[in-house]
Amino acid sequence: MTRFTRPDFSTIAGWITRGAQVLDLGCGDGSLFAYLRDERGVSGYGIEIDDAGVLASIGNGINVIQSDLESGLAGFDDQSFDSVILSQTLQAMRHTEEIVLEMLRVGREAIVTFPNFGHWSHRAQVLLGRMPVSPSLPYQWFDTPNIHLCTVADFDAFCAAHAFDVLERVVLHDARRVTVLPNLFGSLAIYRFRRR
Amino acid sequence: MTPAAGSVGIVHPQRASFAEALPLSSGAALPGFELVYETYGTLDAARSNAILVCHALNASHHVAGSYADQVDSEGWWDNMVGPGKPVDTNRFFVVGVNNIGSCFGSTGPASINPATGKPWGSDFPIVTVEDWVDAQARLADRLGIARFAAVMGGSLGGMQAVSWAIRYPERIASALVIAAAPNLSAQNIAFNEVARAAIMTDPEFHDGHYYAHGVKPVRGLRVARMIGHITYISDEQMGEKFGRALREGLNYSFAPEFEIESYLRYQGEKFSEYFDANTYLRITKALDYFDPAAATGGDLARALAPATCRFLVVSFTTDWRFAPARSREIVKALVDNRRDVSYAEIAAPHGHDAFLLDTPQYHAIVRTYLERLAG
Repeated sequence: MTRFTRPDFSTIAGWITRGAQVLDLGCGDGSLFAYLRDERGVSGYGIEIDDAGVLASIGNGINVIQSDLESGLAGFDDQSFDSVILSQTLQAMRHTEEIVLEMLRVGREAIVTFPNFGHWSHRAQVLLGRMPVSPSLPYQWFDTPNIHLCTVADFDAFCAAHAFDVLERVVLHDARRVTVLPNLFGSLAIYRFRRR
Repeated sequence: MTPAAGSVGIVHPQRASFAEALPLSSGAALPGFELVYETYGTLDAARSNAILVCHALNASHHVAGSYADQVDSEGWWDNMVGPGKPVDTNRFFVVGVNNIGSCFGSTGPASINPATGKPWGSDFPIVTVEDWVDAQARLADRLGIARFAAVMGGSLGGMQAVSWAIRYPERIASALVIAAAPNLSAQNIAFNEVARAAIMTDPEFHDGHYYAHGVKPVRGLRVARMIGHITYISDEQMGEKFGRALREGLNYSFAPEFEIESYLRYQGEKFSEYFDANTYLRITKALDYFDPAAATGGDLARALAPATCRFLVVSFTTDWRFAPARSREIVKALVDNRRDVSYAEIAAPHGHDAFLLDTPQYHAIVRTYLERLAG
């Protein structure tokens, strides 16, 4: 069976210990969780608020819990999961700081992926006076769900300010790793971090 | 593509007798008993495709299909169970069973007490969810079902599914717990107590031995049903359906003037014609008593620790009788035990009654979950 996998999937899978207990926040149709289950034998739960996502996750055979991340992770005990993942959801959340703190309350490690607003094409469009639209930000200003966009440099500063220990950082563009000036040439950032 | 869904057609209730006494939670025992049940679909050669449907307060073994000799006799969950329906009888062998203490054919207060040769009346023991489940397990033995693919139910039926998972973990592959709760709140118990008071203060109740007097406490039963009915619907839904609409106009009298009044009277009237007051008393008691965490000092996670099956928990946003927060307690306890559990919170305006309706997302969730189960 072929399944569409996003470029961040294999990077995340590489960071997950085999058989780990994982929470995937904003799991969508469950494809990341299903990928991690098949590739790394993880167990745990996906969290999703959207009806269609919950239904698709059940169809993908993953454990999914319908819940609003904006109200936190009250149903999960402190330090009860190995990894808590927030994949391409951070930028669409209202309570951005709160959810990251919740991730590190519930999980020993957090993995966050987000579109890099600092990519040169976004900067160029802003310089030309328009809100950026790109493969990683495929929305117009009036219909975007993204309300908390940030750059790689912003997230570095966020982690430093919260005394998070960044264990790994990978920045991708077109599914390839960007090592030179990642905040300029990368369109997708993936972080693994924990409390210091 | 969803195949065209149909009815299981004409169905026939069956009866199973059990000679061996059934020990009850109360310490009493039922000296032999009968269960009435229906089945739909075909049990496969491996006997692995059986689904048990547990009923709630006023329902029965008659889950789906119709009776040949009775008009409007569709089963209570006919929209859920049938060929091509979410619980697909082309794939699953579905068993509906009437619980002991009921008034639809299984041994209950109106049955003859072998010790006296008269109807049990109020001498019929108080039975619990656990007692029902134990009796259902005997029926499973009789039908040659060592392990159910799923045990499912809504409301009090969902509590039975939870109880199955705890009591017979090796006999159930999955539990579908819909619009249920891990126990009743004080408010829930209060509603039940008002209903019971209505019945027991009816002059024709005769301490539960009204069969011998040839009467029925129908007035009490009507009021009990009216109270129950209010709690099954959301305020929103009731407002939308009835609002302050009047039947004719204000007559400055106590005859039913608002539409909601005549609706409740009609519901009470209809219910009192087919339901038995002693059964109502016992089923509300079973609801009040259900509390698996009572045995573990209030720790629901510990109570659910023996339950190893997969779970699907479903709640409805406007259900204030068994609110979503109560379902989330069950989910949390299962997560604490790292059990396989999925949870869907269905946006539906109907209140508790939503579990009997066919909101598309709700039925799609149940259908998809069971399809995955069948593999």
